[in-house]
Amino acid sequence: MLGKTAGGLYWMFRFLERSENTARLIEAGFRIALTRSSDSESEWKSVVTTAGVRAGYDDIYDSYAAAHVVDYLLRDMRNPSSVMNVIANARMNARLVRTALTTEVWEAVNESWMVMKAAMKRPVRETELPALLGEVRRHSALVRGALHGTMLRNDIYDFAQIGTSLERADNTARIIDVKYYTLLPSASFVGSPLDNVQWETILRSVSAHRAFRWLNEGNMTSANIAEFMILDSRFPRSLNSASHAIEAHLGFLAKDYGAPAPSYDLVDAQLNKLRAHTIKTIFDDGLHQFIAGFIRDNNAIGSQIEQDYQFNG
Amino acid sequence: MDTPRDHFDEMLEGSDGVREPYRQYQNWFSSENPSRLIKKSKEAEAFFRRTGITFNVYGRLAAQERLIPFDLIPRIIANREWSRLSKGIEQRVRAINMFLHDVYNRQEILRAGVIPTELIARNEAFLPQMMGFSPPGNIYTHIVGTDIVRTGEDDFFVLEDNARTPSGVSYMLENRETMLQMFPELFSQNKVQPVSNYPKNLRRSLAACAPVNGTDKCTVAILTPGIHNSAYFEHSFLADQMGVELVEGHDLKVVDGRVAMRTTQGYTPIDVLYRRIDDDYLDPLNFNPDSMLGVPGIMDVYRAGNITIANAPGTGIADDKAIYSYMPEIVEFYTGEKALLKNVLTHRCSEPDALKYVLENLSELVVKEVHGSGGYGMLVGPAASKKEIAAFAAKLKKNPQNYIAQPTLSLSTVPIFAKKELSPRHVDLRPFVLVSPDGINITPGGLTRVALKEGSLVVNSSQGGGTKDTWVLED
Repeated sequence: MLGKTAGGLYWMFRFLERSENTARLIEAGFRIALTRSSDSESEWKSVVTTAGVRAGYDDIYDSYAAAHVVDYLLRDMRNPSSVMNVIANARMNARLVRTALTTEVWEAVNESWMVMKAAMKRPVRETELPALLGEVRRHSALVRGALHGTMLRNDIYDFAQIGTSLERADNTARIIDVKYYTLLPSASFVGSPLDNVQWETILRSVSAHRAFRWLNEGNMTSANIAEFMILDSRFPRSLNSASHAIEAHLGFLAKDYGAPAPSYDLVDAQLNKLRAHTIKTIFDDGLHQFIAGFIRDNNAIGSQIEQDYQFNG
Repeated sequence: MDTPRDHFDEMLEGSDGVREPYRQYQNWFSSENPSRLIKKSKEAEAFFRRTGITFNVYGRLAAQERLIPFDLIPRIIANREWSRLSKGIEQRVRAINMFLHDVYNRQEILRAGVIPTELIARNEAFLPQMMGFSPPGNIYTHIVGTDIVRTGEDDFFVLEDNARTPSGVSYMLENRETMLQMFPELFSQNKVQPVSNYPKNLRRSLAACAPVNGTDKCTVAILTPGIHNSAYFEHSFLADQMGVELVEGHDLKVVDGRVAMRTTQGYTPIDVLYRRIDDDYLDPLNFNPDSMLGVPGIMDVYRAGNITIANAPGTGIADDKAIYSYMPEIVEFYTGEKALLKNVLTHRCSEPDALKYVLENLSELVVKEVHGSGGYGMLVGPAASKKEIAAFAAKLKKNPQNYIAQPTLSLSTVPIFAKKELSPRHVDLRPFVLVSPDGINITPGGLTRVALKEGSLVVNSSQGGGTKDTWVLED
């Protein structure tokens, strides 16, 4: 496979994953704004921060009014991570690697772009927002479904999955990073029940509020939520699951190509770090430091993969 | 402008007659409900969009992706018409390859005085770097898309030879695919010769031209200028259909005397490169030094026999429209036979008498740039305003050797489905020809381009043309 193709696949799926994650962030923010009238600005501000686009946003707007934030995250072409930009980039990468994709996968991506372009021509009204965000997630799921259902399990599939998992790990880690203070126990480790709205936002932004309820029988402590999002291997968006997926697919590539690449050692080290911790030791050592370290290492894994597989020559 | 009744219509004959190849189709059509056809037509468009069969339009601020309109009435050719036509194309393509080999080697045609030396020597499409070199099998034009127009029952003319990098074959394939999906019943009623083997034949044909020092398992790749090129869809479509890599200049470099592509596991040498970029951009070391699209040093690898480039560099000389005017002589010189296909009468504006005639008759002629393509930079006299003609005359006088002129042919028409009914429109035909040491292979049919505007003679997709599925019937 061409190095360029591997890179195109990796980015195509990173962008798709990002479109879904940003849509979820907006959804969670929107919900909080509806359920709580006071201080929704600070909530929207943390949404912008989590999306990693604070600097660009602050250049244009002075406040964090819902309409501005939503428009910026959804369809502003000045925002490289806006849902519309990210979907257009995913599709551009899909065109670039068209020969590596089945018709089903290509058509799913292309259709998502056509539908979204039409839907986001004008600013999206509040009444249309929930339906539109649902569409973003649905289309991302369609592409993923076509990938699972129709693609060969070879290096093409591996690069697609690595892109998805790396973006996913980054996204979950960012959410924890921005919200870590709400997870910090005030007095003891066991902690007091969290502000309902806060934990809901966190869980909703990773589509896990329902799963969490089932697993923890309503026992909402900061430690439980943090453990779920960082260490729980059952939850597909936990740092642990996403890192495992990266390791698995780098492992398949190593088998396929005859030797492991340096990036495999990096993800192995990342997993060892996760294994060496319990949620208690993470809190003891400092949640913020732990997450910051994870994000840094995750990025390093990404750069190493780009080098190992000659994405850019 | 001519009135429609002056044209040969390929389907309808007289007031209510239908020409023979269309009879079966006509029966089907007359029993169809127009509203169902309108619905099908919309379905086809949605299918093209979803599949991404688009081309990029140049000359706009942000390049746009557009669809080439597809018309659902097929163009139908009888087998006996086709076999005559294909014999003529084969003869012409064979002669063009012999001409190219001659022009880049012994130049006997110049010595014999059949064509003037200065037409070659001072031609920007002539590549001195190709002198004294013979590509594998002496094949220069691996892929040709001869443009044919028809003016009567038995009158076929070659309009252009397109020996460089003809495009449009993906539309030929997708149009058929669309018709098969929309109207499967038509294909059980009519015996239509298939076109779907083209990608397989293309790969085989290219592999048969492997370089002297190639690898056993012939590695083929397509070189595209990239995602923003107007024909990018076709490049990726063909790569996909052939199962070969689609590469850009920055994926390639010369490694150990071979052109190699950067893969996830290092560099892999390429044996045959089907390039969809112009000569000028192919090699910044040997041609345009500013080119970012090509591969530095590929010409040296080529001349050392370590890669095959399809089509061969320098092939463009055969597409020169002044050379075109000598094509009947060229065919006869190399094959010893009279040309089977007619040339359109061509006035070379470099010749004073011809220039005088052209200037006096601009409103009736079609004037083209000798190196032009895609319908750009040409004047269609009968359709032009006085002001346009005057402006063109000035350009022509300033640089006469840059132009040729031809009479406005009354192109044949085939009906399109317009607002519930049939309406005649002018068409041309681009059959696709593959050349290898194993022989010449012509896919039955080709791409029919149709001028969708009533009365218009310009079929180019960049200027409002559409396409039709083209059927060659079995006997």
